[in-house]
Amino acid sequence: MSTEARRDWIRHDLPLLVWLVVVWILLWGDWSWANLIGGVLVALAVTWLLPLPPAPGGLRFRAGPFVVLLGRFVRDLVVSSVEVAWVAFRPGPPPRGAVISVQLRTDSDLLLTIVAEMLCLVPGSIVIDLDREHLQIALHVLSVRDMDEVREQEARVLAQEERVVRAFGSSDDVAALDRVPVQTGGRR
Amino acid sequence: MSTLADVVALTCLVAGALLCLTAGVGLLRFPDVLARMHAGTKPQVLGVLLVMVGAAIRLESTSTTWMLSLVAAFQLMTAPVSAHLVSRVAYRRRHVRRDLLLVDELRDGSHEDRFYRGDEPADAPPEEPDVAAAEWREGR
Amino acid sequence: MTVAYWLIFALIGTGAVCTLARLALGPSLLDRVVATDTLLVIISAGLAVHAGLTRDPTDVRVLVVVSLLAFVGSVSVARYVGGMLLRSSGDGQDAGLPEATEVREARR
Repeated sequence: MSTEARRDWIRHDLPLLVWLVVVWILLWGDWSWANLIGGVLVALAVTWLLPLPPAPGGLRFRAGPFVVLLGRFVRDLVVSSVEVAWVAFRPGPPPRGAVISVQLRTDSDLLLTIVAEMLCLVPGSIVIDLDREHLQIALHVLSVRDMDEVREQEARVLAQEERVVRAFGSSDDVAALDRVPVQTGGRR
Repeated sequence: MSTLADVVALTCLVAGALLCLTAGVGLLRFPDVLARMHAGTKPQVLGVLLVMVGAAIRLESTSTTWMLSLVAAFQLMTAPVSAHLVSRVAYRRRHVRRDLLLVDELRDGSHEDRFYRGDEPADAPPEEPDVAAAEWREGR
Repeated sequence: MTVAYWLIFALIGTGAVCTLARLALGPSLLDRVVATDTLLVIISAGLAVHAGLTRDPTDVRVLVVVSLLAFVGSVSVARYVGGMLLRSSGDGQDAGLPEATEVREARR
C-alpha cells in the first residue's frame, strides 16, 4: 500500500469503521470483547460489500468554532421549534411561505452536506434543492411577512454556512468565505 | 432517585409530548406539503430528543442510556435527509400553493419546471402549460 | 405520577390523532408520507415515555428499530414518487425526473 493510499484509508475509511463498530456495540447495549470483534467483522463486511463513493477533501476539526457551532445549533433548534409551534397554534389565515435561493461560497461535498443537514433544523428553512455546480441552495421558508424577512433569512443561511466552514473546513475553505463576493436574490 | 431528577425528567417528557402535539397540529393546519415538512421536522426532532433525555434520566441504566442516545443520533441525522428528499420531490411535482408564496426564486430557473407533470389527481394544476410547451418546441 | 402519565399521553395521543387525520385527508401521496413518518416518530416517543414512566427498559430495543424504519420508509417512497428510480444510470447519480407528459406529446 502506497503512502498516499494509506493516508486516504486513515482519513476516510477508518473513521467510518470506528463509527460502525461503535454503533454495533451501542446496539448490543453493553461492552464485551465478543461485541468488539463481532462489530469489527460486521463493519469490514459492510464497507466491503457496500462501498461509499469517495469524498474528496476531508474535514479538519477545530474545537473552538465547533463549540460555537454546537451551542448556536442547540439554541436554533429550540427557537425554530417554538417558532413552528407558534405558527401552528396561532389563529388566523395560513402562513405565507417563500422559496428562496442563496449563493453559497464553499465548494466541498462534505461541508455542503453538513450545511444542508443543519439548515433543515434551524429556524425557518427546509432545503429543497442544491445546485452543486453553481453552489446555489434553494430553501423553503415557513412564514415570512415581507421581503425584508426574506433577506434576513438569506443572511442567516450564510451565517450558518460560515459557522460550519470555520468548524470543519480546511484553510482553503475558510479563505473562500472572504474571497467569493456575497450575492443574494435569485439565479443568474 | 432524588426528587430533583424526577422533576427534570418529567419536565423533559411533558415538553417532548407538547412538541409531538405541535407536530400533529402543524401537520393538520399548514397549507401545503412544504409547510407541513416544517412541522414534521423541527418540533419532531426536538421532541424526540427531550423524550429520550427524560426517559434516560428515569431509567438510570448505562446500556439503556447509550441505546437512547443512539436513537437520538439517528433521529438528528435522518430527519433532515428525509425532509429534504420529500420536499424536493414535492416541489418538482408542484405540490406547492403558489398563491401563498411571497416569492419563488427557484422557479425562473429552467422552463422544465413549468410543465405539468400531473399524473395524480392531487397534483397542482398547470399555470401556463401552452406557453411552456410552445417555448419548449421553439427551443429545440 | 398518574396525573403526569395521563397528561403526557393525552398530549401525545392528540398529536397522533392529528397526524392520522392528515393521513386520511391527504390530499397527495407526499402528504401521507410525511404524516406516516411523523406518526411513527410520535409512536416511538410514546414508547419512550412509557418506558421512562414505568421504568421498564424492554421497549428501548424496539425504539432503535422504529427510529430507523421511519426514515427508510419515507426516503424510499419519496424516491419512488420522484421517479428517480426509473432511469438510474448506474453510477449513483440521479438520472432526473421522467419525461413530462407535455414533452412527450410535443415531440410526437
